[in-house]
Amino acid sequence: MAAITQRPLFNREGAKARDIDWVKVLAHIILISGSIVFLMPFVYVVSTSLKTAGDVYTFPPEFIPDPVQWANYPEALTAMPFDVFFFNTIFLAVGRIIGLTLSCSLAGFAFAKLRWKGRNTLFFIVLLTLMIPVEVTLIPRYILFSKLGWVGSFAPLLVPGFFAENAFFVFLFRQFFMTMGQDLIDAARIDGCSFIGLFRRIIVPNAKPVFAVVAIYIIQNNWNSFLLPMIYLTDRGKYTLALGLRLFNEQYYSQTHLLMAASVFVILPIVILFFFMQRYFIQGVVFTGSKG
Amino acid sequence: MIHLFKPKRLSFWESLNAWIFVSPWILGFILFTGGPILASLVISFTDWDIVNPPQWTGLGNYETMLSDPLFFQSLKVTTLYALVAVPMQIVVGLFIALLLNTKIRLIGLYRTLFYLPAVLPIVSVAVMWRWILSRDWGLINWFLSLFGVYGPGWLSEPEWALPALILMSLWGVGAGMLIYLAGLQGIPTDFYEAAKVDGAGRWASFRYVTLPMISPVILFQLVVGLIAAFQVFAQPFIMTQGGPQNSTLFYLLHLFRNAFEFFRMGYASALSWVLFMYIAILTLLIFRFSAAWVFYEGEIRNE
Repeated sequence: MAAITQRPLFNREGAKARDIDWVKVLAHIILISGSIVFLMPFVYVVSTSLKTAGDVYTFPPEFIPDPVQWANYPEALTAMPFDVFFFNTIFLAVGRIIGLTLSCSLAGFAFAKLRWKGRNTLFFIVLLTLMIPVEVTLIPRYILFSKLGWVGSFAPLLVPGFFAENAFFVFLFRQFFMTMGQDLIDAARIDGCSFIGLFRRIIVPNAKPVFAVVAIYIIQNNWNSFLLPMIYLTDRGKYTLALGLRLFNEQYYSQTHLLMAASVFVILPIVILFFFMQRYFIQGVVFTGSKG
Repeated sequence: MIHLFKPKRLSFWESLNAWIFVSPWILGFILFTGGPILASLVISFTDWDIVNPPQWTGLGNYETMLSDPLFFQSLKVTTLYALVAVPMQIVVGLFIALLLNTKIRLIGLYRTLFYLPAVLPIVSVAVMWRWILSRDWGLINWFLSLFGVYGPGWLSEPEWALPALILMSLWGVGAGMLIYLAGLQGIPTDFYEAAKVDGAGRWASFRYVTLPMISPVILFQLVVGLIAAFQVFAQPFIMTQGGPQNSTLFYLLHLFRNAFEFFRMGYASALSWVLFMYIAILTLLIFRFSAAWVFYEGEIRNE
């Protein structure tokens, strides 16, 4: 899981200087135009979010709002209880981080470092569940939670987290723990350390990066999550940001400047988190692709 | 599984601890994954609105499906999306990764820029793109107007709505790009040197070194992309409500409506099982034909 470092596609020690320049210039031109294409939607949305209602509908669009209407943000964010939505989203994220890191790391530890009968069979099942699309368990789960009377509460979103519902995290922890040296573990065992003590004192302190990757993943998934919260959180007081934005989108359909302000507000925490924790975002994704 | 009968003394205490540590996962698997999968098969043979007791109908739901034009429409839309969007995502993602893998300055900045859209919540992206794709005031049609093209009503015309969602999905290729980049950087430089000695040019190096070496990653992305395509929901739900004229009626949207708007749990379960089988068959086909183009380095793994 090393961070991405630079390495040349071609060894060019013998290549002519002119040749290198030409390819690099072309690559730069494509990358710069690509960046502009990728950035334009942001520019357009942020600019719309700062326009007056009258300035939004102009063609060709003006990218620099005049006047800059900062008041759109307080207006949009007080039109609905976005503070409550924000708190609910954080609450769910924290609950899921606690449940999932605890249950998935313990399972990953057992799969990676303990020897027991049935280990390979069960791990094979973990890998199989990675392939199951959300649709297949959607309805029976809903019926289960509805019979338990949990629909309308946070429980259907939180409780499965404590039961390692994310097979990918079990897999991620297991792979990371596999790379940890056996000597340290054997030494601790000889010193009479219990298995849970081993996990707490040796494994966890040495596996902080993988915990960080998983925590970032959970925060991002939780911010992104839409279908399941929509099914289970029927009461507006329990809405997450994604649900709140969807409601806002319905009620302020024609007030594009406010709608864009609300969207920017919803993406902003993730954008900030991304810039500060980019390393962990990247490690997580890279690990997903290079499993084996 | 291989070493099951190999005489190896397993400590009882260690086994007991292991079973305790995995017990949350085992319980979770039974309650929230394995159990529900079987339950959904049983439910698919019934008519059930949750409130009243289920009525056994045998294969009734599956027969209904055969005469449900919206089922075929949603299957068509989702398959079409998967067939077009997934290869496009692979080509664009790989292309950007190849550019970034040349010894170029500002690689970190570019990587951040291309990856950022992929981490954004899908509901925000959908809300934002509904505006960007707007016929009269949108960014896309403004861009087209620079070339004298009068852009269509992307989300209001049946023939343009699905292409618009495919176009939008390309904004999120950053995650794939990172994976290809990691794969590209794992290719030993010796291989390129050897290719060079054999007189290979840039294209030949790409065709005979890069592409085979990266093919397992492409296969992985193909399968992941396929499964993701069949889970597309928020985009049509928020941007088009499946319209116009059901041209963006994605499979999960159709399933969602049957389950949570019409409360036809039996029929929706049948839909989910058909989808499950469909994805399983497609995945098997991909793996079956992957032997022809996927190259694995090194030995066959034993476990």
